[in-house]
Amino acid sequence: MANRDPLARIRLLGRSGLHVVMAMGRSAHLLLHALTGRCGAGSGLHLLGKQLFAVGVLSLPIIIVSGLFIGMVLALQGYNILIDFGSEQAVGQMVALTLLRELGPVVTALLFAGRAGSALTAEIGNMKSTEQLSSLEMIGVDPLKYIIAPRLWAGFISMPLLAAIFNVVGIWGGAMVAIDWLGIYDGSYWGNMIASVDFHKDVVNGVIKSLFFAFVVTWIAVFQGYDCIPNSEGISRATTRTVVYASLAVLGLDFILTALMFGGL
Amino acid sequence: MQSRNTELMVGLFLLAGIAALVILALRISGLEVGGNDKSYTLYAHFDNTAGLTNRGKVTIAGVSVGKVKSVEFDKDTYTSKVTMLIDAGVDNLPLDTTASIVTAGLLGEKYISLIVGGDDHVLRDIDEIYDTQSSMVLEELIGKFLMNSVSSD
Repeated sequence: MANRDPLARIRLLGRSGLHVVMAMGRSAHLLLHALTGRCGAGSGLHLLGKQLFAVGVLSLPIIIVSGLFIGMVLALQGYNILIDFGSEQAVGQMVALTLLRELGPVVTALLFAGRAGSALTAEIGNMKSTEQLSSLEMIGVDPLKYIIAPRLWAGFISMPLLAAIFNVVGIWGGAMVAIDWLGIYDGSYWGNMIASVDFHKDVVNGVIKSLFFAFVVTWIAVFQGYDCIPNSEGISRATTRTVVYASLAVLGLDFILTALMFGGL
Repeated sequence: MQSRNTELMVGLFLLAGIAALVILALRISGLEVGGNDKSYTLYAHFDNTAGLTNRGKVTIAGVSVGKVKSVEFDKDTYTSKVTMLIDAGVDNLPLDTTASIVTAGLLGEKYISLIVGGDDHVLRDIDEIYDTQSSMVLEELIGKFLMNSVSSD
């Protein structure tokens, strides 16, 4: 018994390792198959438009509201700290750099995973459990091209745009608090911001970050939906996994990207 | 009708996103479209460049006319060698121009301020500014002040 127990544990480890590798293989296959080759002729753009509406437009309210409040909170907190050093004019610079470099891409990705990613997983999982995907295959339509590809592209396109909108709204919210309520001179708010924000270092790097996050979050969401166990419990677990995995991936990836972009590694 | 509304909303969303990117580029980061990237190089040796970094400003009369390209140690003279890129439009700097490192505010960033001289000849590409003034190190200044107040007692 004592001899068998460790072996069984090692086998268990091996099995879970195999599961992880197989899932990764399946997800890579899904991505490759969905993104390469031609989309269904003509109807591709129409399908993409529908998904852009579902993924992008419907995520706008939560992005705008959170961006506004996060910008306002940043300005308020920054003001309370900076006023001790007599440099409360730098609050604009602080709000802009924090949003552009970190909070814009990361918070947008987290909200996107919760708002759009979980919906994508649930929708595709439901299609799978009601055998819509199999019936599509039956009538000769590739579900990877017809269902998966437009959703992937919609995620890739809409997340950087959502992050940009988040940043602009946040900076505007910060300006509202800093200038109108806290009485910082608006020339120094905007002037410090423009002087310290660099287009390539801050704006472009932020967009690159959100592109990476868009890729990872949409991929995870779509794969979890496509790969779920087709019953109600499987769908609910896949939706949970989407949010958990996507959030963890975004936060981990953010550290790596930050280290690569802003030095340290 | 439903489909047309969807298309309209998606179009508006894409426009808003692109507009946000443009605002970030032009209004927030102050990117100059097709900016004047023509510039020429000037060198200067300083005894001390503590706090001066790459991309620091180079100003005349408080107006930015270029940027610091690199700050490196010159092992022959044991000084710091600063390479500056000056906008090509500013091509009439006299040969005896002074470069000094100054601080924005008390604890702000360091930048180079050029003080124009009176020579007839002008600085050209890869010329050197010989008249330099090092950055003010707060600790040294406090040290000197303390020494003075001790010796005057």
